[in-house]
Amino acid sequence: MALIEAKNIIKTYITGDEHFNALNGVSLSIEKGEFVAIMGASGSGKSTFMNMLGCLDKPNSGTYVLDGINVTDLNLNELADVRNLKMGFVFQGFNLISRTTALDNVQLPMIYKGIEEEERVKRAYEVLEIVGLKGREHHMPNQISGGQQQRVAIARAIANDPPLILADEPTGNLDTKMSIEIMNFFVKMNEEMGKTIVLVTHESDIAEYCKRVVHFKDGSIISDEVKRK
Amino acid sequence: MIDTKSILKMSLVSLKVNKMRSALTSLGIIIGVSAVIIMLAVGSGASKKVQQNMESMGSNLLTIRSASAKSGGVRQGIGSKPSLTIKDAETILKNVEGIEALSPVSSENKQLMYGNQNWSTTVYAVMPSYFYIKNYEIDYGRGISMEDNRNYAKVAVLGSTVATELFGDLDPIGRVIRVGNIPFKIIGVTKTKGSAGPFDQDDLIFIPITTAQRKVFGTAFPGTVNMIIAKGENSETLNQTEKDIDEFLTARHHISKNQEKDFEIRNSAEFQEKMQSTVQTFAILLASIASVSLLVGGIGIMNIMLVSVTERTKEIGIRMAIGAKAQDIRLQFLIEAVILSLSGGLIGILTGVIGAMLVEMLSSGLSVQISMFSIILSFAFSGIIGVAFGYYPAHKASLLNPIDALRYE
Ligand SMILES: Nc1ncnc2c1ncn2[C@@H]1O[C@H](COP(=O)(O)OP(=O)(O)OP(=O)(O)O)[C@@H](O)[C@H]1O
Ligand SMILES: [Mg+2]
Repeated sequence: MALIEAKNIIKTYITGDEHFNALNGVSLSIEKGEFVAIMGASGSGKSTFMNMLGCLDKPNSGTYVLDGINVTDLNLNELADVRNLKMGFVFQGFNLISRTTALDNVQLPMIYKGIEEEERVKRAYEVLEIVGLKGREHHMPNQISGGQQQRVAIARAIANDPPLILADEPTGNLDTKMSIEIMNFFVKMNEEMGKTIVLVTHESDIAEYCKRVVHFKDGSIISDEVKRK
Repeated sequence: MIDTKSILKMSLVSLKVNKMRSALTSLGIIIGVSAVIIMLAVGSGASKKVQQNMESMGSNLLTIRSASAKSGGVRQGIGSKPSLTIKDAETILKNVEGIEALSPVSSENKQLMYGNQNWSTTVYAVMPSYFYIKNYEIDYGRGISMEDNRNYAKVAVLGSTVATELFGDLDPIGRVIRVGNIPFKIIGVTKTKGSAGPFDQDDLIFIPITTAQRKVFGTAFPGTVNMIIAKGENSETLNQTEKDIDEFLTARHHISKNQEKDFEIRNSAEFQEKMQSTVQTFAILLASIASVSLLVGGIGIMNIMLVSVTERTKEIGIRMAIGAKAQDIRLQFLIEAVILSLSGGLIGILTGVIGAMLVEMLSSGLSVQISMFSIILSFAFSGIIGVAFGYYPAHKASLLNPIDALRYE
């Protein structure tokens, strides 16, 4: 069974009198262990689609089944649990909580999962070491580089060991060297940890790291190719 | 389920991040709680002082005075035409139940002289029981006895103020002073009682009432006294005793139903109650004013928490994206508000207690009384304020939509 099963997703934004379909009946199925890049021009609906996948927003119509759960039926609390347990987010702007240490940031998803402090701290040290931030546990976001901040975000995304990682332009704010570093982590997460990854990017260099590329245009998928390896 | 301890920790971290703001927010509560503690302390201090004054003046007292008689339609002052006699006093004591002690009293202002020292004071002509009734204790020497009254003895007991004014460091016992030209031998001095309001309770002397009637007070109505003062056995029966005396005297003075009475009885309990309730009203007023400042402190918390929620919209979005439920967000902000108000409450109690002590030290004569009750009350109140004024901002935070909150810059 597919991890992600989205059918006919329509998302309409209403500004004033104007109705605008940001997503125009998108259907996409993603298997466990896939590494999918989503590409497309600015405004084509990539982020809108990611928000649907991330259970942050609800479609106007269509169904979305994640890991066997029909997400469209869930209430707000259940959605929070799905976000907490089934997926990790990596955003373009890092989205760490400011003036809070790396260690505390990484612990957040575990706090909301209800894990005991002792275990939480142990796991936070562990994942920070995985992303190569050993010794930086007590740094605040503004005391480390952008690449390091994004690595904290990755550590946070895998803290609860979810099957799915959603990344919306994770390298958008980073230079080439740091982007390569970050992408290597995504490859590692995909290949060594078996995470399913959906990653939005504008750059074909970044898409190179992925196994499958989906193209969006005006709220619809116009191409979907699996790369040979 | 997320445990409260973890939320508590997160709240503390958030508050620590904004140290200055947290401190300023608590300041409102600190001032409010201090004000409540100080005002309650001043209020109950005043109430206690009044109580003590009352007790020093004697309790459960009934004062019977000659009523003002109308002469030609003009009302004259109470006691102007004396109608009470020592005999009245004696028969009341014998016939009315519930009286513990009783004394006829006459008083007049007189000039005292000792050598070349002069002092003008009030001379009280009394029976021995008067000392007990009005709580005067003998410091040294002795009090006035029945013997003195029987013998029309020219003896006097001095209040401590008079003793100091006339004799300074000298021992007054056995010395002779002149009370309006009549020599009196001093037999005792009373203990200092202090003042009741503006009235110095030690600026007086006592002489036997029989002596006064015969030799000192020139009266147009021989045998009469200004008043009779009685101490009731207890406060419960005082009103009944008052009624009984009234009936007894009415009958004894042959006053018919449609005639005006020639005496008037005052009940000290009524006066004391009135006084107590005045002080209480005053204390409640003070505490209410203080509570308003506590309320203002609460509004300050709400204000800052609302600002904080807006400022941390993005943080709230992040928390929701990674799995925080609405109730987790609400609890965190609520706990932050309660921590602010409770810590403000604790510091406020400390500064309030110190403040109350300063008030006592710096003001002359104002006494304060800090009660455990006021401390617990204001601490609990500050907690309630934290919840009451923290709830709305916390609830507002929990209603945010994760996607909008994440986009907020
Ligand atoms: N909250 C909103 N209200 C109205 N219109 C919106 C809203 N969010 C997105 N849109 C519109 O929906 C369309 C898709 O937006 P989306 O953010 O998904 O694009 P994108 O593919 O992620 O673009 P980019 O590459 O620039 O990030 C855009 O035309 C955008 O203007
Ligand atoms: Mg986008």
